[in-house]
Amino acid sequence: MERIIELVEDLDPGKVYEELSHPGSGGICVFFGAVREATKKRKVSHLFFESYENMAIKEMNRIADEVAEKWNLNKVIIKHAVGNKKVQEPVVIVGASSAHRDSSFEACRYLIDTLKEKVPIWKKEFFDDDEVWVSAHP
Amino acid sequence: MKILFFGITRDIVGKPEFDAGEFKEIGTVGDLRDLLNAKYPRLKDLSSLNFAINEEFAEDSKAISANDEIALIPPVSGG
Repeated sequence: MERIIELVEDLDPGKVYEELSHPGSGGICVFFGAVREATKKRKVSHLFFESYENMAIKEMNRIADEVAEKWNLNKVIIKHAVGNKKVQEPVVIVGASSAHRDSSFEACRYLIDTLKEKVPIWKKEFFDDDEVWVSAHP
Repeated sequence: MKILFFGITRDIVGKPEFDAGEFKEIGTVGDLRDLLNAKYPRLKDLSSLNFAINEEFAEDSKAISANDEIALIPPVSGG
């Protein structure tokens, strides 16, 4: 299984089909995470993402190992943005390509769920009059 | 030993990292957690606080060596 794993300033969603296409793949499933304009009815001005870069890459590779073990995939992509991101900008792209669609759908869901749980990346929400590290407090 | 602070822990401590020369008596992750909690009580208000040694998650019982890179991992929120 080939893998593309990156932390980048700017994600290019237009490249993902090319990145995941493979002669053996009849199905490609991709999830984009994007900046939403509001949290609990409060208007979000932008988000800031930071990572523990080396460990984040390690954990993303570990997730790729896990999906390679669980499903028969040809390619996997895990990319996350860092820095300031405006409303509607993409912040994460995960996807998988496989011979048939079931494997790529299931792997794609696993990729994003596990990334959100394990990878050392942190998001700060900026409001007009406040800023909050997401999930930091109960 | 170097200690790295990310996300809200950096805001609480007020800097991104320090050389932990002052923490000579640390044996384990749990010891470091206790010391940091005493020095920066706001760390105790977090939903969770994990530690990593040399880029791997480490339990409280894990021993710390002089050349380790330690990182505080507050609740992650990527995606």
